[in-house]
Amino acid sequence: MTGPSRTLSRRLLDWARGKSPWITVFNSGGCNACDIEIIACLMPRFDIERFGILSRGSPRHADILIVTGAVTRQQAPRLRRVWEQMPEPKYVIAVGACASGGGVFQGLYHMVGSVDQVIPVDAYVTGCPPRPDEIINGVVACLGLMAEDAAHGGRARRTAAAPGTGVEESS
Amino acid sequence: MTRVVVPIGPQHPALKEPLNFRVIADGERIVELELNLSYSHRGIEKAAEQRDFIRALPLIERVCGICSHSHSTVFSMGIEEIMGVEVPPRAQYIRTVIAELERMHSHMLWLGVAAHEVGFNTLFMWTWRDREAVLDTLEELSGNRIHYNMNEIGGVRVDLSPPQVDAALARIPVLEERMRAYVAMLEDEETMLARFRGVGTLSREDALRYGAVGPTGRGSGVDYDVRRDDPYLVYDEIPWNVVTDTDGDVYGRTKVRIGEIKESLGIVRYCLEHLPDGPIRVAAPKAAPPGEIYSRYEAPRGEVAHFIRTNGTDRVERVDIRTPTLANWTSVVYSLVGRPLADIPVIVAAIDPCLSCTSRITVLNRGEDARGETSPYTGQAGWFP
Repeated sequence: MTGPSRTLSRRLLDWARGKSPWITVFNSGGCNACDIEIIACLMPRFDIERFGILSRGSPRHADILIVTGAVTRQQAPRLRRVWEQMPEPKYVIAVGACASGGGVFQGLYHMVGSVDQVIPVDAYVTGCPPRPDEIINGVVACLGLMAEDAAHGGRARRTAAAPGTGVEESS
Repeated sequence: MTRVVVPIGPQHPALKEPLNFRVIADGERIVELELNLSYSHRGIEKAAEQRDFIRALPLIERVCGICSHSHSTVFSMGIEEIMGVEVPPRAQYIRTVIAELERMHSHMLWLGVAAHEVGFNTLFMWTWRDREAVLDTLEELSGNRIHYNMNEIGGVRVDLSPPQVDAALARIPVLEERMRAYVAMLEDEETMLARFRGVGTLSREDALRYGAVGPTGRGSGVDYDVRRDDPYLVYDEIPWNVVTDTDGDVYGRTKVRIGEIKESLGIVRYCLEHLPDGPIRVAAPKAAPPGEIYSRYEAPRGEVAHFIRTNGTDRVERVDIRTPTLANWTSVVYSLVGRPLADIPVIVAAIDPCLSCTSRITVLNRGEDARGETSPYTGQAGWFP
């Protein structure tokens, strides 16, 4: 997993980030169901903090942005701005059927659609709403992605817009 | 007087949902408050006109994630009344059970959020832990923790088996025990007394004047509950009481909500023990005759009403959704004026706001509108009380 080009401090930073990612939740116009299931993740029964995951209010402190709900026209520029405020490396998880693909709100006059039409999404958690354990599964899967990206040249290796990062896939 | 404009939202740590306050403050005191509630507007009313009743129900259910059963029940009750369909008693009882379980989980959720807003996170954790028992029951009965999708036009989707009923009944004593603990806590817990008492005061006259509904109104002594005053489902057959309180502040609303959880536990127990036999649904016609109906329902947050007009097809011609949060916002704006800025979270949380069902868009004629109803802050047309 260790890339040859990473310095010791870089490796330490990546390790620390994977051990304690901070999330921020953004409701882009959903119906609340996914939001209360995300809050339920923070509660004693599911207790997402055992993975070191903390929910923060400010996107400037966050590593992972969790977006719920299909994106409305009014929220789309705000979602974009919140994402731009996050420091690199940043990851986005779309939680719920609406955030992943528009859900029942597809094609309504005030909808932009799914989250990936506004910002790049790294993990999708579907369900209406997904159970808290499915959300935790999505976040943990995103942590694996973070570790893999960190070892192989960052998130840009997966995006077509940034070719030639020159890092081979892990064997 | 120096006036400082403090914009809050739409993305803000204290807000779980998109909402924009434009608070005009003089020092720490709030002078004026403007709301923009339109961020979550999705256009569900319009979309419901383009889908038949079978496909409109899941959409209507997703007006709100917390009171989803309220919206689907009030909609299907309206359509059934226009069609002249008689829903079997067993389905009525099952709908009532789900409705009261939903009220319990919503009020427990609220109690936790309100405690969180005053910095009492222990109670936040406790209520959300206890709420899981309610959600487990809902999952066992309907198959999903949230968005139960129980309703069909003409009845309910799934039947309750005896083991399911027994499992649900077995959880009630545990929850009753927890409720007793919360009532005891409410009487002598300093954090709650200090931050709930005398905060967000709303007199009975003001509650009536600003049209407060649900626990917000009942916490101010307005003795009004659709379940008793315009009975639907089986509320006129079962023993229960309307909980009111005369404190008129956040403390009063908390007492009302905890009292309502206890009443809901009694209703659920009675309904499960007296579940009548028989079919759970009747075959409803596909199309509804032309008609208009104003269907009412007491959701956890207050009265929710759907105005439905049908035109002889399998779709509604118009559905207008009036949600309790929209009715309660004016009382919030009123009770916040003159209070310190730090009271915003707790007073706003006290009405249990649900933005997703409240979001409205008013299209104004900007060219000739000289009244300045277009927000000077966002430059967008919005709904302002």
